[in-house]
Amino acid sequence: MTFVLAGGPVIPNFGSGSSCEVNNGWFCTEWVRQHWSDTLQPALVQHIELVAIAVSIGFAIALVLTLAGFRYRLLDPPIGVISDFLYTIPSLALFQILVPFTGISLTTVEIALVSYTLLILYRNMIVGLRTVPAEIVDVARGTGFTRAQTFTRVELPLALPAILTGLRVATVSTISIATIAPFVIAKGLGQPIYDALGQGIFKTEIFTAGGMVIALALVADGLLVVLQRALTPWVRA
Amino acid sequence: MKTFVHAFQFMGDHPHLLLVKTGEHLELSGASLGIALLLALPIGLWLGHLHRGLFLAAGVSNVGRALPSLVLIAFGLTIFGVGFWNNTAALVVLAIPPILTNAYFAIDQCDRDVVDAARGMGMTGSQVLFSVELPLGLPFVLAGIRIAAIFVIATATIAAVAGGGGLGQIIVNQASYGLSGVVAASLCVSALAFLAALILSLIGNAASPRPTPVP
Repeated sequence: MTFVLAGGPVIPNFGSGSSCEVNNGWFCTEWVRQHWSDTLQPALVQHIELVAIAVSIGFAIALVLTLAGFRYRLLDPPIGVISDFLYTIPSLALFQILVPFTGISLTTVEIALVSYTLLILYRNMIVGLRTVPAEIVDVARGTGFTRAQTFTRVELPLALPAILTGLRVATVSTISIATIAPFVIAKGLGQPIYDALGQGIFKTEIFTAGGMVIALALVADGLLVVLQRALTPWVRA
Repeated sequence: MKTFVHAFQFMGDHPHLLLVKTGEHLELSGASLGIALLLALPIGLWLGHLHRGLFLAAGVSNVGRALPSLVLIAFGLTIFGVGFWNNTAALVVLAIPPILTNAYFAIDQCDRDVVDAARGMGMTGSQVLFSVELPLGLPFVLAGIRIAAIFVIATATIAAVAGGGGLGQIIVNQASYGLSGVVAASLCVSALAFLAALILSLIGNAASPRPTPVP
């Protein structure tokens, strides 16, 4: 098996270390303690950076697309089809297809991650805005709200729950997809997993880094639920 | 752009290699999707029919989204070792959430009046499920299967790091196949995922209930 991976620290060093590490036991707490600061913690920070950049850029683009698709209905189907198509391309394949254009760089990874957030965010935003009852919009217009006022004070707040749900789903998915970033650049929590796979399947590292990705996703999900509750207190699920 | 020309040249030069790898890819994806369907579809449909287990159906999809494919495959490797089964197990776990959740909500959200009417006519529970609820919810059930199929085909690529066959073997081995080979295989995977999605959407459209003209 060949691993085409960016270089990382060579761990574990079978032969030295504790007997647990030498025997590749199920879980060596010793190893985690030793490598938290040089491997796991930096990987966690990088992972959060990868996701934060992707979700913010994706959110901005999706917002512009939604405004366009909402204002000009004709634009909605093509935007939907394109984002649907982008979502179908397997992430690993998209990375490789982008490499000839953007090289082995952070840009390649971010373009791929952003394109996956688009479908989720766009769909939720547009559905949220479309499902605002027409009567309410009519009432707002009838009361003398301008079109812009109707949008910012009536339609947007009513669509907020759907928009925030989209943000939640997009964030959790991106945390998960960002794990394969190391196919292009040595960043994120995927890196320790690759290193462990390349070094005789070192179990402790796989379980720790894998567990950290899942925990990160669940924590992010929880935080966004709290945000959702705070911003839309009128929605009680 | 030159790389793409080379990628297409690679396809022309190695049609046999790409066909074999595509076959392996389909085998792995098909087996995993099949097992996931056998496990998740009956549970989802039945729970939806009983209107029970909302917590399970919603929870499975939330947790499923948080499970990264690479992590699952790496976990599978530590437990099952290198081979076909670790990848299949990982892909099955990945495919279950969308199938189960969509099947559950497809049946659970069926029009209550229609279901009550069917019961009033004397239909048994399984008749209601198979002749009323399932046909009505079919498009949504199929949408779940479509998402699962895309997931599985995409993730089967990553299975190559765990000794799986398929197109991923070319993608992770740039040293042997060169960038043109990697891009060629990537295009093949994308085409495969897109075709699977297209076929399942066509089935979905064909299966959507249409109002029949009243005689």
